[in-house]
Amino acid sequence: METNTSFSWKEFVKAGLLGGAVAVLLSLVGMVAAFSGRYIVSGVFTMGQVLFIAPILLSTYAALRRNRQLTNSNLFMAGLLSGLVGSAILALLVLIGSMVNLRAMLINASPELYGILTFGRGTGLGIVILLGLGLLIGAAAAGFLLLPDRIRHALTQAIIWVLLIGLLRDLIVTVSFRWGPLSSIVRQLFAVSGLTIIGALILFLLVGGVSYWRWGRPKRDAAESFNQQRPAARWLTIGITGLILLFLPLILGTFFSEILDNVSMYILMGLGLNIVVGFAGLLDLGYVAFFAIGAYTIGILTSPELGIATMSWWEALPFALLASFLAGFVLGLPVLKMRGDYLAIVTLGFGEIVRLLVLSDWLRPWLGGSQGIQRIAQPSIGPLVLNTQQELYYLFLIGLGLVAFIAWRLKDSRLGRSWMALREDEDVAMAMGINHVSTKLLAFATGALFSGLAGAIFAAKLTSVYPHSMNFLVSINVLSLIIIGGMGSIPGVFIGALVLIAAPDLLREFAEFRYLVYGALLVVMMLTRPEGLWPEKRRQLELHEEEPAVVPAAD
Amino acid sequence: MLRNWTQRVTLTDIIVWALGILILIGVIWGSIVTLNTGKYSTSTWIDLTITGLALGGVYALIALGYTLVYGILRMINFAHSEVFMSGPFTATFAAQALIALGWWNTYPILSLVIVMLVSAAVSASIAILLERIAYRPLRHAPRLVPLITAIGASFFLQYTFRGLYGSGLKPFPDMEIFSGFWLIGTVRIFKTQAVAILGAFIMMLVLYTIVQRTKIGKAMRSVSEDKEVAALMGINVDRVITTTFALGGISAGIAGILYLLLFPVAHFFMGFFPGLKAFTAAVLGGIGNVPGAFLGAMVLGLLESVGPSLFLDGLGIPAPNQLKDAIAFTILVFILIFRPSGLLGERLTQAKA
Amino acid sequence: MTLLVAKNVTKRFGGLVALNKIDIEMKDNAIQSIIGPNGAGKTTFFNCVTGFYTPEEGDILLGEHNITGLSPDRVTQLGISRTYQNIRLFKNMTSVENILVGMHPHLKAGLIGGIFRGPLTRKEEAEALKEARRILNFVGLKGRGDMMAKNLPYGEQRRLEIGRALASKPKLLLLDEPTAGMNPSETHEMMNFIRHLRDELGVTILLIEHQMRVVMGISELISVLDFGEKIAEGTPVEIQNNPHVIEAYLGRGAASGLVQAAA
Repeated sequence: METNTSFSWKEFVKAGLLGGAVAVLLSLVGMVAAFSGRYIVSGVFTMGQVLFIAPILLSTYAALRRNRQLTNSNLFMAGLLSGLVGSAILALLVLIGSMVNLRAMLINASPELYGILTFGRGTGLGIVILLGLGLLIGAAAAGFLLLPDRIRHALTQAIIWVLLIGLLRDLIVTVSFRWGPLSSIVRQLFAVSGLTIIGALILFLLVGGVSYWRWGRPKRDAAESFNQQRPAARWLTIGITGLILLFLPLILGTFFSEILDNVSMYILMGLGLNIVVGFAGLLDLGYVAFFAIGAYTIGILTSPELGIATMSWWEALPFALLASFLAGFVLGLPVLKMRGDYLAIVTLGFGEIVRLLVLSDWLRPWLGGSQGIQRIAQPSIGPLVLNTQQELYYLFLIGLGLVAFIAWRLKDSRLGRSWMALREDEDVAMAMGINHVSTKLLAFATGALFSGLAGAIFAAKLTSVYPHSMNFLVSINVLSLIIIGGMGSIPGVFIGALVLIAAPDLLREFAEFRYLVYGALLVVMMLTRPEGLWPEKRRQLELHEEEPAVVPAAD
Repeated sequence: MLRNWTQRVTLTDIIVWALGILILIGVIWGSIVTLNTGKYSTSTWIDLTITGLALGGVYALIALGYTLVYGILRMINFAHSEVFMSGPFTATFAAQALIALGWWNTYPILSLVIVMLVSAAVSASIAILLERIAYRPLRHAPRLVPLITAIGASFFLQYTFRGLYGSGLKPFPDMEIFSGFWLIGTVRIFKTQAVAILGAFIMMLVLYTIVQRTKIGKAMRSVSEDKEVAALMGINVDRVITTTFALGGISAGIAGILYLLLFPVAHFFMGFFPGLKAFTAAVLGGIGNVPGAFLGAMVLGLLESVGPSLFLDGLGIPAPNQLKDAIAFTILVFILIFRPSGLLGERLTQAKA
Repeated sequence: MTLLVAKNVTKRFGGLVALNKIDIEMKDNAIQSIIGPNGAGKTTFFNCVTGFYTPEEGDILLGEHNITGLSPDRVTQLGISRTYQNIRLFKNMTSVENILVGMHPHLKAGLIGGIFRGPLTRKEEAEALKEARRILNFVGLKGRGDMMAKNLPYGEQRRLEIGRALASKPKLLLLDEPTAGMNPSETHEMMNFIRHLRDELGVTILLIEHQMRVVMGISELISVLDFGEKIAEGTPVEIQNNPHVIEAYLGRGAASGLVQAAA
């Protein structure tokens, strides 16, 4: 081996360019400015600043990590180089922006943005600060790499948690106000926006300390440790989770309950689509069609507006489920013989056809055209009409529990194995005696049924349905969440929905960039971790004795 | 053989065929009714046909991008609709600049060429970047992975351009020389439509020649036959793939300007429907087949423009134009069911698949 | 008794005749082989028998069933199963699950059974699991059951594939180059294993094989294909001395194996 005293500076220039380019892109699409009002640590730094510093830092750090064998001084040199290049790109943007009016084309290249990038110190001084910051970033990246593993791990954890808690300030503060004694502590930790300096320090030290202390202990992932618990402990976990879920709307209050409903609805759809995409490997991009069919069936059968029928919600529900199940069957028949990528496009086409039909004047007497259907009945239990977000949450919760149970049962059944076999290798699965058409149809129709259920509850939630809420983006939301959670993984659906659906609702600034981030996440995920955040786990069958079929009563 | 055939027919086939025949009867019935009522004059039909051809020309150029990439990588570049959007969306700024310079109407042809160059350059760069960053590392991944990547890339690009240029509509300025129409005999043809048809036709010829006659075209064809063998023959496969994406991007960029001549507003979502329809056209003509893409696009353009008045109207459907997109998707579905190899596509034999 | 009869089987791809009027018969409990140079149509024949291709002419009978043109899943249900030249396991499923999928035709639980897991379903699953473990032991993969198929070493993947094929309780087992990529001792082991399969389970076995040592060692009857034609058929000794066969192989310079085996 040769001693690596010299390094190829090209790689680090490249890393700097990459980081800088991403930072410039985030600035120009408006994310930096949008998040500059959101402090992580009040008065110290904002999420906007994180957005243009982090790309340079991460890209520099990644490049340094690939070249760990360099001597310490060379590592520092390389880090400084990469950081400087990255910040120079940002500086260039500021410089050009100060001379030419980029705004005629790039709407976000505003003085406000330049102000953020230069920390409000004007072009000249600002650029100097920016370049200095770049050097600092480079040095920090190199220094970070040279830390002992244990400290680095603790630091990383601490930084991540400070960012996360800082961002979730609104949620935490609002919720804590409902719990008297808690709120006075929370008030110390949080400012009007983000954490207070003291709060940040406490959190930083706490998380850092804990993860420093815990270092080296064997890591077990949640699913595994859950499975290894003794039955009693397992039931306790289930019970506590159940209780928390039951009281969640009371804990969260009205506004956050709406977000909760939204997340639950997407989990419901995600569990359904996960059967189609994750289990059976059929990329369905027209999933919204079944959602629409479920919602519209409820609308048609309960709304007095169209004068077709005025059933109660519960009476109409079976029809909605049946309609979406049958629609899955009928739409599935022709498309399921197609290869994977054609299937994706054709289902997308189906979704659009459904939307266009719903929107058309032709079917207006039955579907309401672009006006949609109003005055949809809400479900009632005895005298109680479920009409607030909190009450409807329980409807979602029941649906969700049922669907999660079904999905979990099917996953390890003969049918589930057939789906996975088809996903893995269709020809061989057929050679194993699996009828590919009927097996795929069942996946398609079951998925459709779940989507229809989500649609039915959605109709009750809004008491109206519009063609505009049935667009392609709904399908993309659901698809993104199951892919990012982990295709085929049931807990993955929950994780995916929490990350992808709750985040834009909790952070208003984020909503505008939602699909940009989804798109980027899908690409990055496929490139680096195609199995998702919480990968699918296969059940251990050989060495475990038959599990004493622990069956929570399916009620 | 009849015996084998009857053994393999399933309920699915019967239902699908019945559905297909039903739709066909509907189309014929609707057409007969419309033609009998004489609701539309001959000149309306001619207008609709010309509109269809112009639309078809634009679709053809976009479809080329799908077809070339599919031919080589056997993947559907779902983000091609955004490749198509990026060029013309950017080019509207070039057009504004040319107006500011006062060139737009004084040197209209030169201006149009500049705008096309800008559009083609942007689209091609996006296509190349897309391949380099998102697709190349996944060339050997399971089928679903690049497809999902492509969907992600599509949304990323759409909303990135929305972030960069804003979500508003960007008007594409009219050109004085292309306003109004020409009379050919008694046939009236809008100048923009004529330019679109002509431009698409010329571009198609150029690209066909590139693929069929040039060295790089030959390399492309050999890579599409067998990547390993092509590499052994000393062909730089990566470069050929990059070139393919670039060609698809250029043709989409030019298609974008022709599209703006027909529908003079650009926005970040403008790629979605034309992209989907161009894909339909590519499948209709036989994906992987260049003349097929042209034929498929023309057929689709015509059906989309003539169809609503011809058969939907006859079936008594009000506001039939609302459903013109549905026609395209229905065609897509049925082509994929009944003749997945398309009109001109070679039938992928089982031995080859 | 004859188990499989292929009469006059012809398969064309466009202008290419991949199989031309092939006749092959197999007796119950036999081990037979098909050999021939690359592209001779061996795998195409397998695909015709298993229902992936429908031959243009001819009939294929399994016992008294005419299976020509049946879909692959029907063919499997009637008692034929196979392995592949390039191992095709369900890579992201465990070994046990691979075997359980193989048992598909003999299990009944559907959508409803899968969701409610009634006593019948539970019993069926438990028995299936027991059987699957037994098969795992039989193919020598005890203790590997919970490993992902893709993580098994090569030889074990081959054996798992055979185990999966056995799980459907076939009357006829088609093995497509079961010793491809194996070293001499692994090959020897596989040969013993194939004999063992026949003797223990009474399965009739049809092999495609390239290694002449294997073919000559275990086959009772060998059919030789070349360019889609059957050019010879006979016992190993007859085949070794058949001038057509030697020519077909030598003509393409791939005869070394044969000559060595004959010598």
